[in-house]
Amino acid sequence: MKKATRAAYGEALAEYGSDERIIVLDADLSKSTMTAKFKEVYPERFFNTGIAEANMISSAAGIATCGKIVFASSFAIFAAVRAAEQIRNSVCYPRLNVKIAATHAGISVGEDGATHQAIEDIAVMRALPNLTVIQPCDGRETKQAVKAIIDYDGPVYLRLGRLPVEDIYDNSYEFTWGKGVQLKDGCDVTIIATGLMVGSALEAYEILKAQGILARVINIHTIKPIDREIIIKAAKETGAIVTAEEHTIIGGLGSAVCEVLSEEYPVPVKRIGIEDKFGKSGKPNELLKLYGLTPEDIVIKAKNVMTLKRK
Amino acid sequence: MEQELLLKLKRKAADVRKGIIEAVFSAGSGHPGGSLSCADILTVLYFKHMNVNPSKPKDPDRDRFVLSKGHAAPVLYSVLAEKGYIPKEDLFTFRQADSYLEGHPSLKDVPGVDMTTGSLGQGICAACGMAQMGKLDKKDYRVYAVLGDGELQEGQVWEAMMYAAHYKLDNLTAFLDHNGLQIDGDIKEVMSPEPVVAKFEAFGWSVILIDGHDMDQIDKAIKKAKRTKGKPTMIVAETIKGKGVSYMENKYEWHGKAPNQEQRDIAIAELDAYIESLGV
Repeated sequence: MKKATRAAYGEALAEYGSDERIIVLDADLSKSTMTAKFKEVYPERFFNTGIAEANMISSAAGIATCGKIVFASSFAIFAAVRAAEQIRNSVCYPRLNVKIAATHAGISVGEDGATHQAIEDIAVMRALPNLTVIQPCDGRETKQAVKAIIDYDGPVYLRLGRLPVEDIYDNSYEFTWGKGVQLKDGCDVTIIATGLMVGSALEAYEILKAQGILARVINIHTIKPIDREIIIKAAKETGAIVTAEEHTIIGGLGSAVCEVLSEEYPVPVKRIGIEDKFGKSGKPNELLKLYGLTPEDIVIKAKNVMTLKRK
Repeated sequence: MEQELLLKLKRKAADVRKGIIEAVFSAGSGHPGGSLSCADILTVLYFKHMNVNPSKPKDPDRDRFVLSKGHAAPVLYSVLAEKGYIPKEDLFTFRQADSYLEGHPSLKDVPGVDMTTGSLGQGICAACGMAQMGKLDKKDYRVYAVLGDGELQEGQVWEAMMYAAHYKLDNLTAFLDHNGLQIDGDIKEVMSPEPVVAKFEAFGWSVILIDGHDMDQIDKAIKKAKRTKGKPTMIVAETIKGKGVSYMENKYEWHGKAPNQEQRDIAIAELDAYIESLGV
């Protein structure tokens, strides 16, 4: 069943919200970020800051000093990019227990266009000391990630999407903090994806398989700290990597993978992402096609990167 | 306020000022002007009003203090040293690489610092969050904050003004250290935030205008704030930047500059002479 990760986030807050330390803040987007689901059950622990993201983040920090677990939500562009300096100085530097749960990340926001499509948030958040960066790929993983984030004492950036996505996992899935997940084994090439691109990577796997190419597929939900082992192992065993993310190719998952490989085990890498330009209005699927973020794009880059393998 | 206590507080404020001078002189950098201007406010808060215990700096029931104008770290460290949170001799390590006394207050590093500040506008928002939790948890603690008048130029301050009034945070008392000067000069010339009293009132705060160097007025304003229900209180304290050191007073050049040896000696001598004149 298709479900947006933001929807799973709202459900998870409502489900796990009985812990009285949990406080949820939103900046006038609670029906979109789905924090309204928490508000329905625990209205006394929900605070709307109005359209004031800077105050939302800094007041979240003050709330965290009182022993609370604070979730602060807005669209990624406003939470992570507009209030980046508040996240840095009020939350990360004092290492306070604030979770920035940002929805509507990437171009799959769709019709609202470039002003509302965060394509640089992973790059900005990844650069902040003390901050863990997590992007789940489906509803089940989101719910488990929220549970793990509640149990973790420290700042977290949780990147969520607007668009409903297919289930990647079944009931047996268990989220492990900081560990990549190998979804398909293969020896010819590895596709490392995050967020909604995980589904596309699995589609690419099937296309490649039909053409006789066996791709390994890895989901990276914890982008920082990244699972170095699974990346190095894939490089050693498959010799070529494609990364796929709904984010600029500058500073996101692709960069993180290249940072690991260039130091530990250099192999050819091709990055799928938004090529240093802004998004635009359109239907999400049209935009994913326009910006080169489809399973077919992954297939082309996978074949291309295989030709660069050292003989 | 009885005369004996008043004299004690004046003496304490002078000691706090000496600590500011020593810290900034030792560091060879820092912000003396805006530290000296709010020394009387912090002294009355910490030595007359705030329910705090230096041996339990994380007590969940304690009153909180947020130095939103974080560059005035020397006054906070000096008060914390006078109060017994940190050794007085540590003030001489201010801003040094092997010290825990960062250039701007850091809650993870310094016992008694309730919020990390330095980036202007953020501290007052954090104070709002603390006050909100006091209400939610039905605790009696109060939250105090000190803002700079140049700091009012940060838009985030006004987000906090809206928030505190909207949620009726009457357990929050903020001081405006209204010394009229910022790094680049007179606040009215750089970017005027005036009229501040009318602005705070329009944002739904209870506003009290006082002489920020009159201990009695500071004390009475805090008492009034404690009695005020349904609104946060802003105490607009008219102050003198560099107060207590003759050559620093009302000089914006002393916003962020350390005295040299000779200047340090003059400042300490002036403060010692003042302490002697108090006769306590």
